[in-house]
Amino acid sequence: MARFWLIKLARTLLTLWFVVTFTFIVLRTSGDPVMALVGPDALPDEIEQFREQWGLNQSLVVQYFSYIGQMVTGQFGVSLRNSRPVMEIILERVPWTLLLGFCSFALAALVGIPAGIAAALRRGRFLDRAVMAVAVFGFALPNFFMGILLILLFSLVLRVLPSSGTGTFWHLIMPVLTLSTFTAGTLARFTRSAMLEVLERPYMRAAAAKGVSSWRRIVFHAFPNAAIPIVTIVGLNLGQLIAGAIVVETVFAWPGIGRLLVTAVSARDLAVVQGLVLVIAFTMVMANLAVDLIYGLLDPRIRGGGR
Amino acid sequence: MKNRPSILLIAASAVLISVVAIALIGNVFSPFAVTDQNLLGRLKPPAFLGGPEEYLLGTDRIGRDMVARLVAGLRMSLLVALAGTLIGAIVGTVIGFLAAHFRGYVEEGLMMLVDFQASLPFILIALTLLAFFGNSLILFIILMGLFGWETYARLARGVVLSATSQPYAKAVTSLGAHPMRLYIRHILPNVASALIVQITLTFPQIILLETSLSFLGLGIQSPNTSLGQILGDGRDYLSTAWWISVWPGLLIFVITLSMSILGDALRDRLDPMLKVRTT
Repeated sequence: MARFWLIKLARTLLTLWFVVTFTFIVLRTSGDPVMALVGPDALPDEIEQFREQWGLNQSLVVQYFSYIGQMVTGQFGVSLRNSRPVMEIILERVPWTLLLGFCSFALAALVGIPAGIAAALRRGRFLDRAVMAVAVFGFALPNFFMGILLILLFSLVLRVLPSSGTGTFWHLIMPVLTLSTFTAGTLARFTRSAMLEVLERPYMRAAAAKGVSSWRRIVFHAFPNAAIPIVTIVGLNLGQLIAGAIVVETVFAWPGIGRLLVTAVSARDLAVVQGLVLVIAFTMVMANLAVDLIYGLLDPRIRGGGR
Repeated sequence: MKNRPSILLIAASAVLISVVAIALIGNVFSPFAVTDQNLLGRLKPPAFLGGPEEYLLGTDRIGRDMVARLVAGLRMSLLVALAGTLIGAIVGTVIGFLAAHFRGYVEEGLMMLVDFQASLPFILIALTLLAFFGNSLILFIILMGLFGWETYARLARGVVLSATSQPYAKAVTSLGAHPMRLYIRHILPNVASALIVQITLTFPQIILLETSLSFLGLGIQSPNTSLGQILGDGRDYLSTAWWISVWPGLLIFVITLSMSILGDALRDRLDPMLKVRTT
């Protein structure tokens, strides 16, 4: 049991170390880090102070360790554009992305999971085919194009929803719809196949033979068992959600970290890019750790198995 | 088991063939070059909606013919995706073979790289590299090649590990064949079908990745053009000229949709094991 948690924790730390090493290598191989992080029009004392602070006058090994120290404590430097600390800029954007991500995920789960269960129960019939067809469409429709189509329909033709920005509940609708489509499709597909597997198990037949009503069989016997693989998909989907947020926030001018990342990349505001990558990676790795732990709690068989 | 291809599959293949044909000879539908501007004919609607006859699908913000632009963008999107897919497949397969061949630390190291890549959304890695190294067409294509290599590496490693324990591999080795010969002549043909399935699944994902990045203005840069870039250009003209965004969007959607249908069908046909598990 303790071994299971320890292995998971070690893997998590290893991945984080990889991410920091990755940004260090990228930073050092792409040019002069001073130019990258302070900017080409910095004053000589600023440069000297920066070199001192980041230990750039020392050997590469020392620099590497002091870099790790800085990143672990969240000292990502200052933005090129307005000289504000990167951490501060990121933190004020995080709530917006959390709001968008949480609503999208909730909507995707509310639609995707019941749709997947329904499809599994009506396997091979019209409902099943319809749900799977919609899921395939959702996969193939690029989120930026879906966003544009929604804007065309709801903002320009029907004129019922604002096309971009924030402020009211109405601003939330189109970004959430766009972002949740892909996740809803994935959830529907996985719920369907997980349910199909569970429905064929002997204990389902035993429950039916005992006279348990079909509704109770699905809700209390089949679904809890099918939920286990669905939990891992939730973890994997966080990455999809973040990748989607990068595009969707830009389409709808939503002031979250995805849009911040895009503007930082196009302005080559490297300190912000680096800070964002580390923060996002940290969040994802932690979420995956949480998923692993929940998985371990839900399914005692996993704990003993090591990897 | 039915072996007749479904109507859906036939339709998907027909769409893909026409898309490739449009990329190759689509210029016959347009008397203009991509660069031809017509400042008096800006944002003109498509011919069938009352626009000038010579502009079948309308014009953009500086009066360039949409047909000519779409053909150029389609070519670029398909070429980048094709190059990216092939680079990823080759690099990934070689890495998988190397990991399985050397075992030990080499394998551990390579598999850690695989885990690292799988732990982050690729668009994040791509954006970091683009921000730090700047953007050029060559770098961008290489970046697309970095997408998805980890899947091929896992696949190739797994197959080699299970194949080397089999009698045929032992026989080839004991006859004194060089390991290269074993991998290329004997093991590669066995992985081929799984690799092809993976390629058809990766291709639409790379199209989506490229068009997303180009849409954000961080991928293909002008004077080159891609479907995503045209779509991104049209964003500012949605209220006056929706066609600039809608045509490339439809093309991307149709390509990814038919490619996914084709990929799923191929998987069902080439990999009966998977079919049992997923349906």
